[in-house]
Amino acid sequence: PPPPPRKMAEALGVADTRRLHSKPQDLNDAYGPPSNFLEIDIFNPQTVGVGRSKYTTYEVRMRTNLPIFKMKDSCVRRRYSDFEWLKSELERDSKIVVPPLPGKALKRQLPFRMDEGIFEESFIEERRVGLEQFINKIAGHPLAQNERCLHMFLQEESIDRNYVPGKVRQ
Amino acid sequence: MSFFSFGQSAEIDVVLNDAETRKRVEHKTEDGKKDKYYLFYDGETVSGKVNVTLKNPGKRLEHQGIKIEFIGQIELYYDRGNHHEFVSLVKDLARPGEMTQSQTFDFEFTHVEKPYESYTGQNVKLRYFLRATISRRLNDIAKEMDIVVHTLSTYPEMNSSIKMEVGIEDCLHIEFEYNKSKYHLKDVIVGKIYFLLVRIKIKHMEIDIIKRETTGTGPNVFHENDTIAKYEIMDGAPVRGESIPIRLFLAGYELTPTMRDINKKFSVRYYLNLVLIDEEERRYFKQQEITLWRKGDIVRKSMSHQAAIASQRYEGSANTGNKPSVQNQDEDN
Repeated sequence: PPPPPRKMAEALGVADTRRLHSKPQDLNDAYGPPSNFLEIDIFNPQTVGVGRSKYTTYEVRMRTNLPIFKMKDSCVRRRYSDFEWLKSELERDSKIVVPPLPGKALKRQLPFRMDEGIFEESFIEERRVGLEQFINKIAGHPLAQNERCLHMFLQEESIDRNYVPGKVRQ
Repeated sequence: MSFFSFGQSAEIDVVLNDAETRKRVEHKTEDGKKDKYYLFYDGETVSGKVNVTLKNPGKRLEHQGIKIEFIGQIELYYDRGNHHEFVSLVKDLARPGEMTQSQTFDFEFTHVEKPYESYTGQNVKLRYFLRATISRRLNDIAKEMDIVVHTLSTYPEMNSSIKMEVGIEDCLHIEFEYNKSKYHLKDVIVGKIYFLLVRIKIKHMEIDIIKRETTGTGPNVFHENDTIAKYEIMDGAPVRGESIPIRLFLAGYELTPTMRDINKKFSVRYYLNLVLIDEEERRYFKQQEITLWRKGDIVRKSMSHQAAIASQRYEGSANTGNKPSVQNQDEDN
């Protein structure tokens, strides 16, 4: 005989707490790769140039299966000011609260320091960690994923500062 | 209030006739404490005695009349001066004159209408009380006795489930379902969250019960939100096709029935807030109103009847045990 309907249990003053019916899960969904794979690594810092025009670049490698990103595996080189550019674009165009970047370290750029200033190994590593946290936090935000500037930052060879800002999704 | 004076003063005491048998319930006072009060329902008679005890034996007490009132009123905290009385009954106990000795007066308010439930909230209070007053030229002597009123309902005829698909395009699609739209205060919310698309990294999911008290009208409407409960229903990242069950027992929380536009002065409504939190602490939520109601007394039949229902769930067959029959009266406060 089938189990008693919920209404009858209710009329007798007993709460029916049986689970609601659900569709069984497809095994491919259960054991396949998750649809939310997104990993960005910032590594391999390289200092280029001489004297006043010396600067450090970092490799930004993104691996993802999110359909909104054109490339599932991309690798570009970016410097600190490129991250600053991205932050200001997002603050202007998107509604998200943009997380903070690691510090500008202006003090380290003053002359007569005892160490290498902004090219000090420990500082570069500290900055690398901060930039990695920053970009991962943003790239996973559903609203930030709409912005052209984010896609250009992550997946195009170089940043065109004269680009036309806009949304990716309709 | 009686002031210290050279004249005669008196103490008033109000006692209900059914004080021994009438149930008392806990009710929050304005400062958050809990006190016990006699419980009444709509239509019940309120009867008792007013004991007036003269403080200085031998001296006379001159007065302009003794009366007792039964009052139901709404008090908005931001407008204390104006009490909105929706029930106001009075019985005269004594004509103006003088008392030479302590006296007891009987009173009865027959089949009193008590249309709303007693409520003490953040910005508004609805209360019922008896007030015995000895009127005097300079200062009255009065005594108030608060009672608590509960409004009861029965199982609603229509009680559809709530089932909805919501989400963020291309990022997160879920279908949530709650088994009913109307729950009594000791009910269980049985539901499920079914994941259709998960492109964000979810860390955990919870369901909150939010109480919203609304006071004022027109441009001066004020909402006070209070999270009564936070109940985690999932820890970890779900994938497509996953179904997360919900089983939330309401009896454990301090809830009142849903009150809609009481005497056009205030409302108390309840919402279920489903919240998903991702790895970066971003919150995604969906709020849904539910109706809460207060269930009346139930007389349980034999315990074996309950056992029969329970066993049917597991075995799908009736199974009556040899259990003694127990009569139980169950009041849901």
